[in-house]
Amino acid sequence: MSTYTEKIREIAQRLLKECRVEMVIGFRKGSVPMMNEPCFVRKPEEVDALVWDSNCGINLANYLTNRKEKIGIVAKGCDSRNIVNHILENKIKREQLVIIGVPCQGMIDKRKIVAMAQGEVLEVTESDGQVHVKTAAGDQTFDKKDVLQQNCSVCVHRNPVISDEMVADPVEEQKDVDPYADVAALEAMTTDERWAFFDDLLAPCIRCYACRNACPLCYCPTCFVDEAKPQWVGKSQDPIDVRTFHLLRAYHCAGRCTDCGACERACPMGINMRLLTKKLNKDCLDLYGWEAGLSLDSRPALDVYKPNDTNDSIL
Amino acid sequence: MKRLLEYTGIESDRLQFSWISSAESTKFVKVVNEVTAKVKALGPNKRFVKKEAKVA
Repeated sequence: MSTYTEKIREIAQRLLKECRVEMVIGFRKGSVPMMNEPCFVRKPEEVDALVWDSNCGINLANYLTNRKEKIGIVAKGCDSRNIVNHILENKIKREQLVIIGVPCQGMIDKRKIVAMAQGEVLEVTESDGQVHVKTAAGDQTFDKKDVLQQNCSVCVHRNPVISDEMVADPVEEQKDVDPYADVAALEAMTTDERWAFFDDLLAPCIRCYACRNACPLCYCPTCFVDEAKPQWVGKSQDPIDVRTFHLLRAYHCAGRCTDCGACERACPMGINMRLLTKKLNKDCLDLYGWEAGLSLDSRPALDVYKPNDTNDSIL
Repeated sequence: MKRLLEYTGIESDRLQFSWISSAESTKFVKVVNEVTAKVKALGPNKRFVKKEAKVA
């Protein structure tokens, strides 16, 4: 991982020195463990702030919306797919970007570490597929595969789909995983069970909209939840209002979501709202053979009309 | 939307979509009759109803 950091710094410095970009977007260490934050580097001498490890789960494509300058951006698999989305949706031009591709081996789920660690987590480091956690009580070591974010553990697009520079050779994609096993399990339940399940799932929601803010797809100037004339959805914490918000938020991501996990990661209550967006991803795959952000040459599933579309293909 | 609502626990016939051309009047009548029959069979909606003052 540290070789990634050095390579990212080297590329960023070169791009800035040669004036190929005005800014490089990457990650720097956060003020608390496991919370790397986005970092905007504008001068070659500042590139040493950039880092890469398994706490870079934020989706950096979120910071590209409507930018006018030339930008170098560090992108793992899911970020690169969201960059493709942004280009297709005219939120940024391909010519503005120098994409620094990072083959990704998954991001650590900070909630899992906190749950498994004894006492407050003071420092988290990693080496050779192991995660070392330092707490006030002592040191603990976990296998990285046991503490991955759930979306990373079933990810099948770890390598960037577009890039101008790569920090390392592509990693092997996971073959023996079923990204939609959790959705299929829910589909197998009865209607009543599913209604109850989502009641429980969404009950802790405090309507803070962190999921929306962390999502690179949510770039509307005025979000439907903030609009007052007309008011599309009730603003209270009534379970029906909460459910309406989550259903619509998910639906706005239909055919666009890359399951990067930014929403769940940002949620202060740890709600797995990805179960909603993933259902739509699964439907898009089943109905249209579509996965978001894989190519600049094809239009999104909900953006094309085919004469043989049937009632059943209304998403 | 239909699939997503069903997935979250709405009865499958509660929401229905159909492609009908403005020239297909017979199809329109047929679909409307089918929809009303299906929804009547389900009875009143009890799931997605916001009750008054559940949260103050």
